[in-house]
Amino acid sequence: MSAAAPALIQIAAIEKSPGYWAGVIRRFRRDPVAMAALVIMLALVLMAIFAPLIAPADPYRSSMIRRLRPIGTPGFPLGTDELGRDMLSRLIHGGRLSLLMGVTPVFIAFFIGSAIGITAGFVGGKVNTVLMRTIDVFFAFPSVLLAIALSGALGAGIFNGLLSLTIVFVPPIARIAESVTTAVRKIEYIEAARASGASAFRIVRVHVLGNVIGPIFVYATGLISVSLILASGLSFLGLGVKPPEPEWGLMLNTLRNAIYVQPWVAALPGLMIFITSISFNLLSDGLRSAMDIKA
Amino acid sequence: MSNATSPSPEAAAPVPASRAPLLSVNGLRKHFPLKGGLFGRTTGVVRAVDGVSFDVAEGETLGIVGESGCGKSTTARLLVDLITPDDGQILLESRRLGVDLDVRELRRHVQMVFQDSYASLNPRLTMEDAIAFGPRVNGMPAAKATALAHELLAKVGLEPRRFAGRYPHELSGGQRQRVNIARALAFSPKIVILDEAVSALDKSVEAQVLNLLADLKKELGLTYIFISHDLNVVRYISDRVMVMYLGEVAEIGPVETLYANPTHPYTRALLAAMPSMDPDRRTEEAPLTGDPPNPINPPSGCRFHPRCAKAEGVCSAGSPGLFKLPSDRHLVACHAAIPGSGHSLAEMPA
Repeated sequence: MSAAAPALIQIAAIEKSPGYWAGVIRRFRRDPVAMAALVIMLALVLMAIFAPLIAPADPYRSSMIRRLRPIGTPGFPLGTDELGRDMLSRLIHGGRLSLLMGVTPVFIAFFIGSAIGITAGFVGGKVNTVLMRTIDVFFAFPSVLLAIALSGALGAGIFNGLLSLTIVFVPPIARIAESVTTAVRKIEYIEAARASGASAFRIVRVHVLGNVIGPIFVYATGLISVSLILASGLSFLGLGVKPPEPEWGLMLNTLRNAIYVQPWVAALPGLMIFITSISFNLLSDGLRSAMDIKA
Repeated sequence: MSNATSPSPEAAAPVPASRAPLLSVNGLRKHFPLKGGLFGRTTGVVRAVDGVSFDVAEGETLGIVGESGCGKSTTARLLVDLITPDDGQILLESRRLGVDLDVRELRRHVQMVFQDSYASLNPRLTMEDAIAFGPRVNGMPAAKATALAHELLAKVGLEPRRFAGRYPHELSGGQRQRVNIARALAFSPKIVILDEAVSALDKSVEAQVLNLLADLKKELGLTYIFISHDLNVVRYISDRVMVMYLGEVAEIGPVETLYANPTHPYTRALLAAMPSMDPDRRTEEAPLTGDPPNPINPPSGCRFHPRCAKAEGVCSAGSPGLFKLPSDRHLVACHAAIPGSGHSLAEMPA
């Protein structure tokens, strides 16, 4: 019965406006800085994915006779580290763990934090108070200290590092999600939707989600650079990745004794962290302005 | 009593008073607690709507006027249960909300159009999706709801082929308000509440939308509750007018009676403040001075007495309550108009 009914209805063809996201992409493409950041970021990701194919040498093979060679040494374009391993290969391979440690916690925290924040923001009242005051407890600690404390308590290792970083990033994302949702909830189209008798879940799905996910996403993208630095910091302190794994933070740590011998080589992992985090930051800035409909 | 001798407005009244009202509101009250202090204690109460009662007959337009903050919009939101009233009854066709009428049904029959045409449309939804949302929530299949949306777009004067796929920011204010009207109509409501629905529009666009509203009313047999601060517009569109002051009804009556014979001093002051097109017809009565008192701690007795030129001791002593004037369907809450109230201008009781 109901399956046959729609067939009788004829809907005239309409002129479709380009959607919101089509406009965002168009504006993003006009932003040279954001596009450059996107290209660098994609290059880094591709580099990490295809590391074994790109890297000229084995990143684990050490040699005591060729330790701390300078940049430009034949066969070792970026020199060697304190154990004589090829820096270029180690930097390329290091991108895998570093990006994983940078992106994964933010990605997971994005879902958890958004869920908490949107619930708190949309339901409001006591639910909001309980959720957000709990979140506030985490804000009492500086994020670096919290990550170190959690990692320290859980023990070193990649998984525990990821877990502690995720816990660190849930509160800020939840707080942004809550404030954006609270603002959206007060706009009249939500009132109109409520006046239509729609369920809270449906209102969130149709009217809230599309309007809050953008700003939360932009904020989360900005956190990736922080996560990268924190992850590197954990590795630097011996809490995240363990040697001999190549990871930029850990490399920075082990090379710091060589800072007077080969300062340029020792600075290379830091440079990679810098480039990656700044490209994520610029990408997030570009997204923010591309999403601003009045821009 | 001057009103007793004035021409009776019954002849002009579109609906016989004997029929049961479509919507009936009794003693509606909403106080907003003011939270403050260290532990969110209640430090005060805003008496936004304080005992408002009125009826709306089928097919009529009831205008609600008053200054900002007098409770017009709160009343509107209470009527569709967007805000839950503290006290009072809402009856739709003699069925009482919460007893034998549930909120869902009330909302299907009573729809609302808001002032801000842009804020009342989701920026991420196309116009057809925005209009089809309500019917779909109420169980209409998607294709049928879209077809209905196109039909309604055409009805409010927007060509579906051009406008169905558009987003709110691509439309002008008047076009957006037409979409908002179409969205309200998608429920096939009996009553449409227009909360300052044309106030933000340009004068020429406002006139177009008002004409559209009048046409739709005739075509679909709608009943309007028209909230505005523009007395000219209210006079044009309304059958009856309700004047609100600080959360209470000051005066209510048929539009021509009320405009010709305003009885409450506040109504008189409002009408006197209306700009006149005729330079010879200057405002004689002193317009109102000062802001309305704070609804957190409203004045005792008649809430208007601190600003009223005719205030006497009795006015601050007790609230007058709505009094039915001899001219039918004209009610006023003023001691000076109530015989035997003790006010020097009031008639002595027979």
